[in-house]
Parts: sequence; C-alpha cells; structure tokens
Amino acid sequence: MFSNVMAKSPWIVHVNCNSCNGCDIEVLACLTPLYDAERFGVINIGTPKQADIMVVTGSVNHKSVSVLKNIYDQMPEPKAVVAVGACASTGGIFHSCYNVLGGADKAVPVDVYVPGCCPKPESILDGIVQAAGILEEKRKNSNKVVAK
Amino acid sequence: MNTLITVLLVLILAPISGCIFAGLDRKLTARLQSRVGPPILQPFYDFLKLINKENIVVNKSQNLYIFIYFIFAVTSLVLLVLGSDLLMIIFVYTIANVALIVGGMVTGSPYSKIGSQRETMAMLAYEPVLILYIIGMYMLTGSFNISSLDGAYMPLIAYLPIVFIAMLFIMSVKFKKSPFDFSTSHHAHQELVKGIFTEYSGPALALVELTHWYEYTFLLGLMFLFYKQNIVIGILIALFTFIFVIVIDNITARLTWKWLVKVTWTIVIGLSIINILVIYFLKLTIV
Repeated sequence: MFSNVMAKSPWIVHVNCNSCNGCDIEVLACLTPLYDAERFGVINIGTPKQADIMVVTGSVNHKSVSVLKNIYDQMPEPKAVVAVGACASTGGIFHSCYNVLGGADKAVPVDVYVPGCCPKPESILDGIVQAAGILEEKRKNSNKVVAK
Repeated sequence: MNTLITVLLVLILAPISGCIFAGLDRKLTARLQSRVGPPILQPFYDFLKLINKENIVVNKSQNLYIFIYFIFAVTSLVLLVLGSDLLMIIFVYTIANVALIVGGMVTGSPYSKIGSQRETMAMLAYEPVLILYIIGMYMLTGSFNISSLDGAYMPLIAYLPIVFIAMLFIMSVKFKKSPFDFSTSHHAHQELVKGIFTEYSGPALALVELTHWYEYTFLLGLMFLFYKQNIVIGILIALFTFIFVIVIDNITARLTWKWLVKVTWTIVIGLSIINILVIYFLKLTIV
C-alpha cells in the first residue's frame, strides 16, 4: 500500500500552448464517463501548485514559451510532463513556422510523448499512466539523493 | 484513563471513517454518472502522494493557519465524543473555520481571496442554524451538555423536525458540496481554480485533506445527536445525511452565495425559529 505512492493519484494540469483545440477536446474526452480517467485517480486540477503531471497540447511559440515555463516552475517536485499530440511532440505541421519554436521539449523537459493528430483518448490515458510511473521513479531517485 | 482511551480511539478511528466517507463520496458520484470511479481508498492514496510532494509556500503564516484549522477541528470532534458542552464545541469549530478563511486570505492570490470571502458569507448563513439547533436542544433538555441527552426519553428529532431539515440543508454547505460549493470545489476550476485552497500544495494540502476527514466525522456526529438514545438509528440518520448530501451534490448546479444567504436568512432560519417558538409556547421537554 505504501509503495508506488505517486503512481496512484496523478493530478493533471492542462496547458494549451498553441493548440487548434483538437487535442484539448480529446484530453477532456478522457474525463467523460466513456473513458473515465478518474478510475486511475486522475483529477483535472486547476492550479499547477497541486498538480503532478502537466499535459501540454500544441506547439510552443514565442508568446507561450514564458507561460509554459512559468506554469512548469510552479509545480511542486516530483513532476512530469506529457506532450499530447504531434504539435506538442515535435511542432507538427507548424514546426518550421517563423513564430514556432517546436515541441514542448524546447521549453520544458518532456517525459512522455503521445503522438497523433489528434491522439485517441486511450493513448492519452496510456501516456498519463506511464507518466505516473515515471513520477514514482523520480520520487525514489530523489529519496536516494537525500539519503546519500 | 477511560477518557484518554476514548480520545486516542477518536484520533485514530475518525480519519479512517472520514477517509472511507470521502472515498464512498467519489465512488457514489462516479456510479451516479455511470462511471467506474476510483477505488474507495483513493483519498488515502491522494493523501500519501501529497505528503511526498514538495511544499511550496507563498506566505509563511499560511501553514500555521492550516495547522490551527486542523487542531481546532480535531478538538471539536474530541469534545463532541466526550459529551461536552455543545455551545463550546460549536465555538471551537468556528475558530477552525475562521483560521481556514484567514489562511485563504493571507496567500494573496485573488482566487483564494474570492474563496475566503464566499466562505465568510457561507458562515454567515450556517452559523445561525447551528446556534438555533443548540437553543432547541437547551430548551428541551435544560442543559447545553451532550451527556444530558442520555437520560432523555424522546430523541431530539421528535421535537426538532424542522431544525433537522435545516441542518440537512446546512450540511450541503458544510461538506462544501454542490449547490453550495462556491468557496472551493473540484469542479469549479474554470472560475475559482481551487478557491480557498488554491495556494496550498504538498504536505499542507495533505493536512487539509486530513482535517476534512475529521470534519466529515464531526458533522455526521452532529446529525447523530438527533437520535442519540439508539445508536443504530443515530448512525442511520448520519448515513442518510451523507447520502442525501451526495445525491444533492450530483443533481444540482452551483448557486451563488447571495442565493444561499437569502434562503437561509428567510426560509431556513425562519422555519427553525418557528420550531423553537412551538417548543417554547407548548413548554415541551424530553427529560
């Protein structure tokens, strides 16, 4: 019961950088009764200070990069980032636009990439559950650092 | 010695029952929305996770206020179980809520300020009903002590039926459930973020969750007093209150604090006063 603590209640905060809303609707679809993300303990929380996983949709541009970094910095450790969709993973079809920096990994360290345009709710859920496992590893590693 | 054992039992069992209530709440809500829902122990998993997180503090005193909130909520529950003075219990409980409101105010975030202001208005609405409940009990038993109910030949609910309905109404406010979840809510993050608790993270939020579990047990304990003579019926009343609050939570939309204050200060308090007046004029008593 006391092992795997972080993986059992991943609370997500959803950041829309520059998305066309396609991925956002799929993220919200995860919370509907059909896919029911709450059975994994997932809560879509409004404030980054209580979140464990940041779900980023859309490519990062010059306007949104500071907002994305700011929200990432407000999240308490341990934290993970899931890039949902082709745009958040690589920049997608916008990758060579003059105003676009690229995927979310250009601004913040991304742990899980969920490809697709737009990805299915099942694969988004899979990405969030994988990120929850990564959170647990991060917690164990940070404890080791403290113990040393 | 007996008192010490009782206190220890309360300190251990109350959060367990509160945790199960919180888990049942989420499970029932999920089933009512035809979802599978999280496991019953999900609030406990959340708690374990939160104490493993980093604690980000905006204002040094915010954690102190949450600690005061915790201490006074636990004290009020312990006093309730020990059969102490109900008037004092409510005042101790009020201090807990005041600490919560001030804790929301000190963080400086506009969302927690809005949450605190709305919680103040909610307090304005529910405190008179709690006081009328105590007045009714005093008029029927001639004492503010909960232990005086043991010798009563009739339950409180027999002569305080309208106050019971008023308390059911108030429980929705106290559990911070829809339609009165305007001070803090899991579902209102578009307009409120997280209300009072916006700036709390990690272990501080875990303490808030723990206090909620004590508070759930305390509030259901207040409803239990309506039929203290028979433990089974008392617990059934408490369970009925809990399920009633959850069903109402699921079938209603969020209302404004103005609506709450209007309705409580006219209909709810008005009817409760009529109940008290009937007891006064008929000189009813249960001891």
